[in-house]
Amino acid sequence: MEKLISILFIYILVDNFVLQRFFGICPFLGVSRKMETAMGMGMAVVFVITLATLVTWLIHYYVLVPLGLVFLQLVTFILVIAGLVQLVETFLRKASPTLYQGLGIYLPLITTNCAVLAVALLAVRQEFSLLESVVFGIAASLGFWMALVIMSGIRERLDLTRVPEALQGTAITLITAGILSLAFMGFKGMLTF
Amino acid sequence: MDNPYLADITRGIFKENPIFRLVLGMCPTLAITVLIKNGLGMGLAVIAVLTCSNVVVSSLRRYIPEQVRIPCYIVIIATFVTIIEMVLQAYVPALYAALGVFVPLIVVNCIILGRAEAFAGKQPVLRSLCDGIGSGVGFTLGLLLLSVVREIFGSGTFLAETNYAVQLFGPNFEPMRIFAQPAGAFIVLGLLLALTNIVFKRLQID
Repeated sequence: MEKLISILFIYILVDNFVLQRFFGICPFLGVSRKMETAMGMGMAVVFVITLATLVTWLIHYYVLVPLGLVFLQLVTFILVIAGLVQLVETFLRKASPTLYQGLGIYLPLITTNCAVLAVALLAVRQEFSLLESVVFGIAASLGFWMALVIMSGIRERLDLTRVPEALQGTAITLITAGILSLAFMGFKGMLTF
Repeated sequence: MDNPYLADITRGIFKENPIFRLVLGMCPTLAITVLIKNGLGMGLAVIAVLTCSNVVVSSLRRYIPEQVRIPCYIVIIATFVTIIEMVLQAYVPALYAALGVFVPLIVVNCIILGRAEAFAGKQPVLRSLCDGIGSGVGFTLGLLLLSVVREIFGSGTFLAETNYAVQLFGPNFEPMRIFAQPAGAFIVLGLLLALTNIVFKRLQID
């Protein structure tokens, strides 16, 4: 139980997936322009990462390891993630049109979000149990969501200020992310396994 | 400039540089550029995967159905990444350990899928080969630029952990650790991006 709670805090605050570990930078830069889209993307990512971690863990320990096919890990994981994203999209469209309206456009983008594959691979590499892996997935994606929402709040205000011409666009976003990451460095060393 | 093959190579290096112009593949760019050696290793791995996947995608472009092209591209890319992963693990285990999970994550590097989708899926094999080399070299140059700045200021060394390692400053030099930290990566890349914006504007390459 203690380990589960520390996994949760470590991957939300101390080892934030975006600001300290650099996973999922592309969507972090791409969809953080508006608070609304950031919320939608964040929710979709939490959903997909948690599900993907569960499924890839089961496939790794119950299919790949017994059959001695661990070298196919990468191909299997990425296909499972791509398939899962497609499945979730189809399922949501039928089951919950309102949720689909909210998440729909973000779902296809998630296949190439490296945070999803990173969580799946790291859960196996760090030899987490099934429950630990799922908590790891939830924590990592909540950390991603939090960073995305904070960033979008800053960028909405940044739109109203005058930015030097050369810094406009991605450059100022990266520097802002750097300052944000600096703030998160304050959590460093607070918790370790 | 009438030679299309040469144009394919130079376009990936300057006009459509993956890091500074397209801003793609940011995760490895920011994460592993602490040392020049790591940046170069990642760059070479990406050149290899990108060139091979571009060639295969391009040669199969008539046989891959439009609707399932993305999963097909991903499987092709994942195959080459697995090969590279095994090669690195066998021949340069130290580099493999330093790059960590970012070696398998080359699969979801947006540049590779991006080039497959935007170029190799539509163009002949030889031109896709040139495009792969050009974009790969452009990516590597970006990684090198970032890692040179970060290593010099963050560790005070040049080419550390290789046979050509140089200690640049005196023994009392305190490295500016922030450059080696995640926060430094964001800030240095942001400033380099601003710098390239100015340079490109002056040279009117856009």
